[in-house]
Amino acid sequence: MSDIAERVKKIVVEHLGVEEGKVTDTASFIDDLGADSLDTVELVMAFEEEFGIEIPDDAAEKILTVKDAIDFISSKQG
Amino acid sequence: MFDLTGKTALVTGASGGIGAAIARTLHQAGATVALSGTKVEALEALAAELGDRAVVVPANLSDPAAVEALAKDAEAKLGQVDILVNNAGLTRDGLILRMKDEDWASVIDVNLTAAFRLSRALVKGMMKRRWGRIIGITSIVGVTGNPGQVNYAASKAGMIGMTKALAAEVASRNITANCVAPGFIATAMTDVLADAQKEKLTAGVPAGRLGTPDEIASAVLYLASTEAGYVTGQTLHVNGGMAMI
Repeated sequence: MSDIAERVKKIVVEHLGVEEGKVTDTASFIDDLGADSLDTVELVMAFEEEFGIEIPDDAAEKILTVKDAIDFISSKQG
Repeated sequence: MFDLTGKTALVTGASGGIGAAIARTLHQAGATVALSGTKVEALEALAAELGDRAVVVPANLSDPAAVEALAKDAEAKLGQVDILVNNAGLTRDGLILRMKDEDWASVIDVNLTAAFRLSRALVKGMMKRRWGRIIGITSIVGVTGNPGQVNYAASKAGMIGMTKALAAEVASRNITANCVAPGFIATAMTDVLADAQKEKLTAGVPAGRLGTPDEIASAVLYLASTEAGYVTGQTLHVNGGMAMI
């Protein structure tokens, strides 16, 4: 697992208080991990802070799963 | 009861009569307070009076960049902001027929937009810490209206609406947002009135007198307390019965 994926998953586990095993690549924040709309905003803010990037609103709207987040951050850091 | 030991509070408009009373009351309850305003000397004097646990964070709230800087300054000096009291306000009274665009804009900017910007900047940390209090000092005229104050009344009614929406957004994070709505309060502004004018003012108040800044501050203290954790989106009217709503 890449460093980015590891850090993303750690943030998700910490913020949503879910088991690590549940945070799979395809897991949806809202449907599978029980996040509400405020949680998703908090997650995006946490990603921005962790990776020192800015995630615009239109991009944030498309980050629905763990993989979406990893892909977006990778594309910014690549 | 109402112990704020270990909590931090930012009070805007802290050089005014009501703002200073709020700062004193929160400080007395144990909070560390950041005093904001434009009159630096008055803020320094208040900080000196309070002694420990008081810092000065001057800011001109009509400047958007200064509002953002204030949030950062307060967080840097206090470590974090647990309680935000949006108290700063100004009036530019006049009948609508004579009201200039800039009189409208400056009142909305300082009374409402600055409160929005500060809330936006500081709610972030409150969400992370899962505790916060955002308290807006609105006014009875935001609910009842008052001739000559379309700008002021709009800003104060706007604050009540903003507070309700904000309260709904962040309630699940253990953050409350409420307003205190003063009626006629004795401050430097009312001290200069002639006795006859004061009598006229109090004629419509069942309590038969003006309120005191401390009576506003006590309401703020209650809403800032942990005990008021289940009270959110409300407006607490402190007006001697002048309007029962």
